[in-house]
Amino acid sequence: MPVAPPPVADALLAVDDLTVEFPTRRGTLTAVRGVSFAIAAGEVLGLVGESGAGKSVTGAAVIGLIDPPGRIASGRIVLDGRRIDDLPSAAMRRVRGREIGAVFQDPLTALDPLYSIGRQLVETIRAHLDLTEGQARERALSLLADVGIPAPASRFDQYPHQFSGGMRQRVVIALALAAAPRLIIADEPTTALDVSIQAQIIALLARLAREHRTAILLITHDMGVIAEIASRVAVMYAGRIVEIGDVDDVIHRPRHPYTAGLMGSIPSVGSGLERLPQIEGSMPRLDAIPAGCAFNPRCPRAFDRCRSERPGLLQANGTLAACWLHAPERKAAGAGPGWSEGAVHG
Amino acid sequence: MAEALLEVRDMARYFDVSPPWLNRVIERMPRQILKAVDGVSFSIARGETLSLVGESGCGKSTVARVICGLYEPTRGSILLEGRDLASIRDRAEMLRMRRRFQMIFQDPYASLNPRWSVARIVAEPMRSHRLVSSKREARAAVEKLLSDVGLAPRDADKYPHEFSGGQRQRISIARALSSRPEFLVLDEPTSALDVSVQAQILNLMKDLQREHHLTFLFISHNLAVVSHISTRVGVMYLGRIAEIAPTRLLFERPLHPYTRMLESAIPDIEMSGKARTPVAGEVPNPLDPPPGCTFHPRCPFAREKCRIEPPPLAPFEGASVACHGIHEGWVPIHVHRGALAAS
Repeated sequence: MPVAPPPVADALLAVDDLTVEFPTRRGTLTAVRGVSFAIAAGEVLGLVGESGAGKSVTGAAVIGLIDPPGRIASGRIVLDGRRIDDLPSAAMRRVRGREIGAVFQDPLTALDPLYSIGRQLVETIRAHLDLTEGQARERALSLLADVGIPAPASRFDQYPHQFSGGMRQRVVIALALAAAPRLIIADEPTTALDVSIQAQIIALLARLAREHRTAILLITHDMGVIAEIASRVAVMYAGRIVEIGDVDDVIHRPRHPYTAGLMGSIPSVGSGLERLPQIEGSMPRLDAIPAGCAFNPRCPRAFDRCRSERPGLLQANGTLAACWLHAPERKAAGAGPGWSEGAVHG
Repeated sequence: MAEALLEVRDMARYFDVSPPWLNRVIERMPRQILKAVDGVSFSIARGETLSLVGESGCGKSTVARVICGLYEPTRGSILLEGRDLASIRDRAEMLRMRRRFQMIFQDPYASLNPRWSVARIVAEPMRSHRLVSSKREARAAVEKLLSDVGLAPRDADKYPHEFSGGQRQRISIARALSSRPEFLVLDEPTSALDVSVQAQILNLMKDLQREHHLTFLFISHNLAVVSHISTRVGVMYLGRIAEIAPTRLLFERPLHPYTRMLESAIPDIEMSGKARTPVAGEVPNPLDPPPGCTFHPRCPFAREKCRIEPPPLAPFEGASVACHGIHEGWVPIHVHRGALAAS
């Protein structure tokens, strides 16, 4: 029996059976299918996958930023006990910013080049919180200090182009925090940054989750970033979650052959491998998803059932994995998954 | 070291990024010169892979472009088998030299002409260097190249938009191999690709290097990728080489404080649960680099001398490093045994 991810104690965000569709001239593309997960306050959930897996669309659905004609076709998104996926757009705009902050890959597109960063912060704060100009300015300065901008008072009246890439991303994080939201959606927040700056931004996000009990949905293709700050990880493939579990289990003891292949293909300093283990082929296009398990044509361990019947998430000794290797009857028959040795890094 | 195929001596490339003349006059602004590469020397032996790593703006891609002839060097020379490329005056001879170099770029979407069939894209270099005499011969060569890079011969009749990013990068590689080069310059060839596709391309590069006896200059910002593919690694910072060493030595015994900083900043899946050392500061504005050693404002070991005198790149126990503290013995050296498993 497929199982739903276990209920997260006091879940702040619960996404239940989410499906997102994009109608096109050639038919409807389903970018996200039946995705469910939950995040607790102060928790960092990593959402990983390769391009086109549906991770960014999932994030956009949570903040209500699916571009029409794309639409949430089914499922529920519940924030702090309140359903938000069916809110009218004006109400959703209040939720966005006030309750959910967003940090995207490119800090330049998130900032208005014509306004000083102080102006942008004060306006954002006053749009969501009932503060005077003076109080908002004070809050803006303390936010800038909090995200690690040195001498915030002297940079308050500067414009985005006067900041470096790393400093801009800090400003974007300060903006996302402006109204003290309880959830932050961070979509590839470090991808456009250099490694040394990446480390600083990751440390900043981790501190926010710890100190402010902010829940973070961290969307990235970079497993290294996930390994450092996420407590749990969901791996997406062709629009679905194929494995979800604690970060340590998913990275070191992956139970889904796709996760195992993905982890193995990451070059690592010190692996000493002559060749990287590779997964043949590439992820299917949304209009050509194979029958059965979407990964079966690339899977080294696929058998008949995988080609005809799609597996739901199954208990897989540590994580939940959508893979028939973990079917209970298979285990009972003694044909155990034997996947423990499949851990590539351990 | 084996025979050097390519040698770069004191190469520099400056860009004039001044505001327009009228602004300079009215605002009394001086000319602004960006020293993208400022005195870089290294050599690459036949059959090896030298990687240049560094953060954005360090000049690594400019080095690649100067070597491939896309930019003229402002200073210094590039020698192929001991012969200075700048001394070649004869156009036909220059073309013969150029045939031996090819470059592969980061973006497999921008580097292929969308209106050309794959057959035409891949055949272009061999045609322009007159390596084939007939259409039939060209077609056969294209099909051979496509199967060498893991594509099907019938893919020759398709157009770039019909391929995924990883397959397009395979087409770029087939095109680069088409003029039968000895030397490939790879500028972030896998940065735009997903990790599973990156693994396929890195494995392919290694196979091709062995089969075609290729020499690689590999440009990357990703130290993990570099540790996997290179024979030697050069670390660049603000237009200069901070350290250059055989790969294993560089990871086991990083000397330059900047190399150590980069290595501790790599997000590594082995590090789950552990916090890495956050690195302080950012790369300074390359238009106004700090005096002395350009790394000194971020360096935990910097002394007075570092603020005044730029350190030369000098040999140190199997590596070369530009750091006063290492050569004078006041920067402690740590060796991480087993940082790279015996290979």
